[in-house]
Amino acid sequence: MKKLLKLAVSALAVISMFVQPLKASSVELIGAGATFPYPLYSKMFDVYNKEHGIKINYSAIGSGGGIRQLMAKTVDFGGTDAFLTDKEIREMPGSVVHIPTCIGAVVFAFNVPGVPELNLTPDVIAGIFLGKIKKWSAPEIRKINQNVKMPDINIVVIHRSDGSGTTFIFSDYVSKISNEWKNSVGTGTSLKWPCGLGAKGNPGVAGLIKQIPGSIGYVELIYALSNKIPFACVQNKSGIFIKPSLLNTSIAANVELPDDMRVSITNTNEKNGYPICGFTWIIVYKEQNYDNRSFEKAKELVNLLWWITHQGQRYTEALHYASLPKEAVVKAERIIQSITYNGKPIIK
Amino acid sequence: MKKTSKKQEIKKVFSKDPGPWNFYSRAGNKYFLMDWIFKKILFISGVSIFFLVLMIFIFLVLNSMPSIKEFGFRFFLSKSWDPVFEKFGALPFIAGTIFTSFLALLISLPFSLSISLYLGEFSKSGFFSGFLKNSIELLAGVPSVVYGFFGMFVLIPIVRYLEIKFNIEPYGVGIFTSSIILSIMIIPFSASLGREVIELIPQDIKEAAYSLGSTRYEVIKRVVLPYAKSGITAGILMALGRAFGETMAVTMVIGNSNVMPKGLFSPANTMASLIANEFTEAVSRIHLSSLIEIGLVLFIISAVFSIMGKIFIHKFSITENG
Amino acid sequence: MDNKNISKRIFKDRIFTVCVTFLAFIACLPLLGILFLIIKNGASSINLGFFIHLPKPVGEEGGGIANAIVGTFIVVGIAFLIATPISLLTGIFLSENRKSRFSEMVRVSIDILSGIPSIVIGIIAYLWVVKPMKGFSALSGGIALAMIMLPVVIKSAEETLKLIPYSLREASFALGVPYYRTVLKVILPTGFSGIITGVLIAVARIAGETAPLLFTAFGNPFMNFNITKPVNALPLLVFNYATSPYEQWHKIAWGAAFILIIIVFVVNILARMISKKWKVTF
Repeated sequence: MKKLLKLAVSALAVISMFVQPLKASSVELIGAGATFPYPLYSKMFDVYNKEHGIKINYSAIGSGGGIRQLMAKTVDFGGTDAFLTDKEIREMPGSVVHIPTCIGAVVFAFNVPGVPELNLTPDVIAGIFLGKIKKWSAPEIRKINQNVKMPDINIVVIHRSDGSGTTFIFSDYVSKISNEWKNSVGTGTSLKWPCGLGAKGNPGVAGLIKQIPGSIGYVELIYALSNKIPFACVQNKSGIFIKPSLLNTSIAANVELPDDMRVSITNTNEKNGYPICGFTWIIVYKEQNYDNRSFEKAKELVNLLWWITHQGQRYTEALHYASLPKEAVVKAERIIQSITYNGKPIIK
Repeated sequence: MKKTSKKQEIKKVFSKDPGPWNFYSRAGNKYFLMDWIFKKILFISGVSIFFLVLMIFIFLVLNSMPSIKEFGFRFFLSKSWDPVFEKFGALPFIAGTIFTSFLALLISLPFSLSISLYLGEFSKSGFFSGFLKNSIELLAGVPSVVYGFFGMFVLIPIVRYLEIKFNIEPYGVGIFTSSIILSIMIIPFSASLGREVIELIPQDIKEAAYSLGSTRYEVIKRVVLPYAKSGITAGILMALGRAFGETMAVTMVIGNSNVMPKGLFSPANTMASLIANEFTEAVSRIHLSSLIEIGLVLFIISAVFSIMGKIFIHKFSITENG
Repeated sequence: MDNKNISKRIFKDRIFTVCVTFLAFIACLPLLGILFLIIKNGASSINLGFFIHLPKPVGEEGGGIANAIVGTFIVVGIAFLIATPISLLTGIFLSENRKSRFSEMVRVSIDILSGIPSIVIGIIAYLWVVKPMKGFSALSGGIALAMIMLPVVIKSAEETLKLIPYSLREASFALGVPYYRTVLKVILPTGFSGIITGVLIAVARIAGETAPLLFTAFGNPFMNFNITKPVNALPLLVFNYATSPYEQWHKIAWGAAFILIIIVFVVNILARMISKKWKVTF
């Protein structure tokens, strides 16, 4: 009798758990992907939740993860700083659109005892990350940093261990300035790194750099600033050493923007632009009626996207991201308006 | 339907040799149907477990097929894990797994052996042995993430400090650090199995040795250990199997580098930590199926260890009883 | 000559004793170290708000881990409901059919299952539940944990039931009780304490598992009672926060690890108390 009672109680508990989805629940959106814009999204989604009551669950697992989970349709949207390659577009089960959300800068955070400022040229960058330049006291580094005493310690390279859009922006740049890198390592979200330690996410890389003397790695600007890690000035195409900031990040975005917004803005031609910047995108399926998605959910998603590209841009500067330039917003609007449900655009 | 009277039925049952006591015969069993259903339910649950394991194996194989077809046996010999050019080789991770696990085993062996001996021989009861026993059981219960956390905030700074002192790359993370954490984690397994085995050794053999004038050390060296050899080996195998598959603590302290580890202090990756890192993000089919193939390898290795451990325990119980 | 030999041997024996005792107790140090550290760092983060509030976005002070605590209970609860009936039945099956070739196969399968690394179980749960369901969910996490729980409970159930002497069964049959009733009403209650112990130990084990939840439960910054949606869990939270560079998150991770360890230890101690108190010996 007692056992039967226990069984009944547990069965009731199970059933009650299933009752939840039957109730009229408010729409929840799930996203996953880039850690690059995570501080910004975290703030944006919190504000959006307070203003509109919609819960958005974003998991920063790296751009590769965002692309993969959107491909598997386990999330509503993906976040990525690496726009889909043609091959990836072919592998997606449906047509995917990219909506830019902000621009960020990939900076070289470093931890070299006694060195507060660092200059880097493209050749030196390639040399360090290819493992060719092994010590901080190497002549190539000393030549461009004449007013600092470089200690004679080993360079420890820190890179990403997960599939990362930040890696994509970084490797896109290095492939452009170094043929050797282009042919041996290439561009991508996950690379065959010649040397160095891997850490998970922008936060992981920042954490390791902070702890290991002699280390250098690439992170999004906000991660270096909020963790108070010094970062390097990079020589751009015009020969000027640029210290990354909001201003020169926005300048770098001054390029011809394609309609689908899949554009790389690294190694900019702009005289005062920082050479390693990138857009970050949210990717969603163009046709939202898949797998029994409700119209309500699609509409909330599209509303969120519109909000991010308009009102949401208010929160970018405080967190050291550059907001979208006007042309980018116009293109983004057109893309959002092309998202359909059953063939009909959701937003006008 | 033949109508045999109850009396005749019972006579029939008892006239021949009924054989071993069989509760399952229809004769005289009013509840035959219920019993039959119950037995079938038991049988089905047994089958479902067997089926579960089989299905796990099949699914792992099926999903590894793209990578098996593409790389074949080269998968295990190739050092490059290259997602950009889509060439995947598992050697760095096999090496990482083997190094960390065997090193962990080596480090933990003196400790777990000492614990087994202390609890089995020196002091079977009493305050201190109770304390020791409880500590070991609690140690086994600490979740893996907590070990990793401990490793990150305590062990890594210590190792980094040592590395700076000895002029090695101050990574802090690496094979050495993960081996230490692993060794702490596997001590309870070999220790408890070893203790049980040592406790089971018959008193008379030991007493015979003592009566011949051996010291305790000699009794242990010449009688206890050889006798418990297979049981202790089983414990070692169990510990090794656990070390091979350990994921969380390792991934937090191993440095996540997909190249062949160059030395004791280099960062590396084990098969399990690689899967934890890259599974949610493997975009291409080949990348994903290469990861699943590594999972398949882990499955096979752990299955082999389990079966070998079982054989050794069986051998021990034979020598014990025979 | 004889004396020298003997004293050498006695000396070796003494050294040996010292070494063994020394090593055995040094092995306890890590445990004490871990406990001490977690209590020291974790207790300071614990206050009532910790249990009630939800996590705050990165960079903001405060926040709690209420959703992770609830989430852990949910996935463990699901695993318990799925695994316990099957394990009980299989345990009974194995103890009732000790010698048959088929039950040997089942035993081997259970040994293999218990040795599978939890990350591989996570892969399987992803392939079997997350992909078809097109989404991460507490349910998939619970299923993964159930697969880990199965071998533990089955083995302890089988061992407990094996210890019950055959005479109890015979007595029951002699009274005319049918087989199914004998098992359910006589054998099982006798072995109750051992079985409950096994269940509790398995629960303590899966409460701390992270790897299977990585690609199934996914994590969730909000509170969630819906088992078809992603959910946060204590070990997941500890992992994510510990590997981040934010100081506030580290503090929260210590607190969460503290709570996790307390839950695991309490369940273990409960299991042992039950086993001692209600044990039926023959």
